[in-house]
Amino acid sequence: MSTALLNISGVNKRFGGLQALTDVRIQIEKGQVVGLIGPNGAGKTTFFNVITGLYQPDTGTFELDGKPYSPSAPHTVAKAGIARTFQNIRLFGEMSALENVMVGRHVRTHQGVFGAIFRHGAARREEAAIRARAQELLDFVGIGQFAHRAARTLSYGDQRRLEIARALATDPKLLALDEPAAGMNATEKLALRELLLKIRDAGITILLIEHDVKLMMGLCDRISVLEYGKLIAEGLPAEIQKNQAVIEAYLGGAH
Amino acid sequence: MALLTFDTTHKPRQSYASMAVLLAAMIAFPFIASQFGNSWVRILDMALLYIMLALGLNIVVGFAGLLDLGYIAFFAVGAYLTGLLSSPQFAALLESVVNYSPALGDALVKLFGEQIHTDGIHLSVWFIVPLAGLVAALFGALLGAPTLKLRGDYLAIVTLGFGEIIRIFMNNLNDPINFTNGPQGINLIDPIRIFGVSLAGEAGSKATVHIGGLSMPSVNAYYFLFLLLCIVTIFMTGRLQHSRLGRAWVAIREDEIAAKAMGINTRNVKLLAFSMGASFGGVAGAMFAAFQGFVSPESFSLTESIAVLAMVVLGGIGHIPGVVMGGVLLAALPEVLRHVVEPAQQALFGKVVIEAEVLRQLLYGLAMVVIMLYRPAGLWPSPNKEDRPAAALAKEEAEEDAEESRA
Amino acid sequence: METFVQQILNGLVLGSMYALIALGYTMVYGVLNLINFAHGDVLMIGAMVGLTIIKLLNAAFPGLPGGVQLAIAIIGAMPVAMLVNVAIERIAYRRLRNAPRLAPLITAIGVSILLRTFAMMIWGRSPLPFPQLLSSEPIMIGGAVISHTQVLLLVLAAVAMGALVFLVEKTKMGRAMRAVAENPRVAGLMGVDSNRVIVSTFAIGAALAAVAGVMWGANYASIQFAMGTVPGMKAFSAAVLGGIGNIYGAMIGGIVLGIIESLGAGYIGDLTGGFLGSNYQDIFAFIVLILVLTVRPSGIMGERVADRA
Repeated sequence: MSTALLNISGVNKRFGGLQALTDVRIQIEKGQVVGLIGPNGAGKTTFFNVITGLYQPDTGTFELDGKPYSPSAPHTVAKAGIARTFQNIRLFGEMSALENVMVGRHVRTHQGVFGAIFRHGAARREEAAIRARAQELLDFVGIGQFAHRAARTLSYGDQRRLEIARALATDPKLLALDEPAAGMNATEKLALRELLLKIRDAGITILLIEHDVKLMMGLCDRISVLEYGKLIAEGLPAEIQKNQAVIEAYLGGAH
Repeated sequence: MALLTFDTTHKPRQSYASMAVLLAAMIAFPFIASQFGNSWVRILDMALLYIMLALGLNIVVGFAGLLDLGYIAFFAVGAYLTGLLSSPQFAALLESVVNYSPALGDALVKLFGEQIHTDGIHLSVWFIVPLAGLVAALFGALLGAPTLKLRGDYLAIVTLGFGEIIRIFMNNLNDPINFTNGPQGINLIDPIRIFGVSLAGEAGSKATVHIGGLSMPSVNAYYFLFLLLCIVTIFMTGRLQHSRLGRAWVAIREDEIAAKAMGINTRNVKLLAFSMGASFGGVAGAMFAAFQGFVSPESFSLTESIAVLAMVVLGGIGHIPGVVMGGVLLAALPEVLRHVVEPAQQALFGKVVIEAEVLRQLLYGLAMVVIMLYRPAGLWPSPNKEDRPAAALAKEEAEEDAEESRA
Repeated sequence: METFVQQILNGLVLGSMYALIALGYTMVYGVLNLINFAHGDVLMIGAMVGLTIIKLLNAAFPGLPGGVQLAIAIIGAMPVAMLVNVAIERIAYRRLRNAPRLAPLITAIGVSILLRTFAMMIWGRSPLPFPQLLSSEPIMIGGAVISHTQVLLLVLAAVAMGALVFLVEKTKMGRAMRAVAENPRVAGLMGVDSNRVIVSTFAIGAALAAVAGVMWGANYASIQFAMGTVPGMKAFSAAVLGGIGNIYGAMIGGIVLGIIESLGAGYIGDLTGGFLGSNYQDIFAFIVLILVLTVRPSGIMGERVADRA
């Protein structure tokens, strides 16, 4: 079988009269940074939602790290090892930054009612570990000093970092980012690029949707291009830049 | 409120000191109040039960953000379970079972002994309380299950429906098998017996309880028991709030989709919220049944569900000290007013213009409307902004912005 | 044990009342996405005011024909109910238009309590007898019995629903209502004053509820300050059954629920082997609600609103 970390093929998704995805596939090797681009409405977020269990596909095979996984519900996907961020940041606004990331540890920890009430040794240790790891991750993404600020009071850029930290807290094999650079200026994008490379160097595979082509070209190992729900190109960034179909998709071409 | 604080995370010493002061006051209270008769302590006894209910509902509504309008059903379950298993009611039940199916009747007699024909079943409080908690928790999960995919206001209406269904069953489950004795309710429920001492006092002692040298009226004995249970409830819900599970509840409340994406099994976590909340209701119900000595369907209507909700809303949704305060205000205040306002009206006008019951309803209605319009976070919201639900904060922000632009 | 035809007839009568009330819920939900929890109590206000009018008429003009009394009662109750509902919207709901949906629901519950308490203070706590105003001669239809009052109710309900349909489909206000229900912002851009539409929606819903309230009193011969809660919840279930936000859904849902309840009460004894009797009648509406929301939240007419936020 392939050494791919993520191996997805044959994904079809229809919403009523609209065929949102037609036979979309993607293959990501471990340690890569893979980009997903395409004009607005191409189905990128829909594909993300299918991969991460938010939408149920009509057809498709899904394999993570050699094992099939079922995208039937978001929490099972998270458990299997795919964590995601959202296009329009979904933080737990009233919780502190630290608590947001601590929630990310939920899927890898297990204390329940008994532990909550009695706080016995194992529960206390787990709670301390959760807190420590959360602070570690906040530091890793560069917002450690805001640990106790309410998430909704953070700046836009910091909120995006927080969302990434929270996703990292689930110990994912694959980190799926939906437009993490949206709304950022050039400096922030550079910092984001650094962060993503840092994450990759830590051994986490990354799949990201983005509109900033320059950012993608300089960051991704491979790029897939969607248009109208179909995969129209896939390959190295340099190849994609010169691909006729891609250029037409973005510039309009001869329709 | 500035002197008293219960914010253990940010001001530990001050908050523990506040708690100590409050505890001392609570313990001293009955001894002082008894000088003026039993009614004041009895009012607080009921208030303490309501506080337990409000704290239980706070788990569902405050932590997890699920608006349960049928919460009193769990109170009813605990109360009726106690009524059935610690009073002569089981004898009546047995009679109806025997009429319906003699074989089943015989089986029951073999199981529980001959005397249930005449006496019914009388389980001890040590058995009843955990059982009430467990059965209520089960009902919590059962009634919560169909609501899991519903949006906020629909969830509210469905839970209301369940509350009503339970009440209707309690009112009618007396034929062909007499579980609940219908509209008349169940009487002669055993009082609580702890280590051989009955909290209703021994027969002929005029409801005085003698514990190791101390004598006190029965209502006082119950007071201390309920106070203890309240403290335990506060402790438990506080621990739940600041735990992995508590965070999961708040995550669901804030953004359910993000919560799922972070690996939280929202179905199970919501069911846990319903169950845990319900279990406190069930235990409070068991206490209520034993305290009052009888239960009837009237005590478990929609009005009561709403009353408990009003306490949570008024005090401070999600904030435990606030909820306790809301419970005290809405449970005790109307009764206090009744003792004050009715005689005052008699003196002033020669008749009672506004009855206590009317006053109570007015307070509940106004509490909910006024608080939602002007202080949605409640009278005593959480000092940690992190603990407050979004609505309240959005409002405050708007107000702060408005002030700043005026300045 | 009444005949099947009788059950159906009873169901139609009950269902017509539910339909009238359900329309109020569904219209408000359509424009505001809000469950007006206090709507059942508006029904009660209508009934109470109607009774008060009848008593005043009897005092001032004894000998007035029953039908006339009833007509004046209805005509008099409507504006009061409308005023109350419009006031509720203005005072309690308007400020919370952009708040998360739980806030107006809690407020609505509070308003409901206040309405009932005021009614308790004005009209007292005990049930009030509603006089028999129309002839008590039963009318026979195919082996079943129906009273004059019930016939009037059916007629009034049909007329009211027809008028509403006309309003919604053929008039400018109706178009505005449909536009706001679909997309308030765009409707605003098209020049529709959404506040006026919302006020009208509350007013119309209240008028229908007032009719239902007075006729309820006339039909059951007794009214009380708490009478609105249960019919209100049942009518809401009917609205959901039909497809919340859809006017035809409310009408269909109301009638269907009335019939389900009537048949259910009639046959539940047989269905459960004597375990449950007709005194469990009230649970049918709630069971229908739970089933609809679990199995087909969009209701009969298929309005996609009731599930995921």
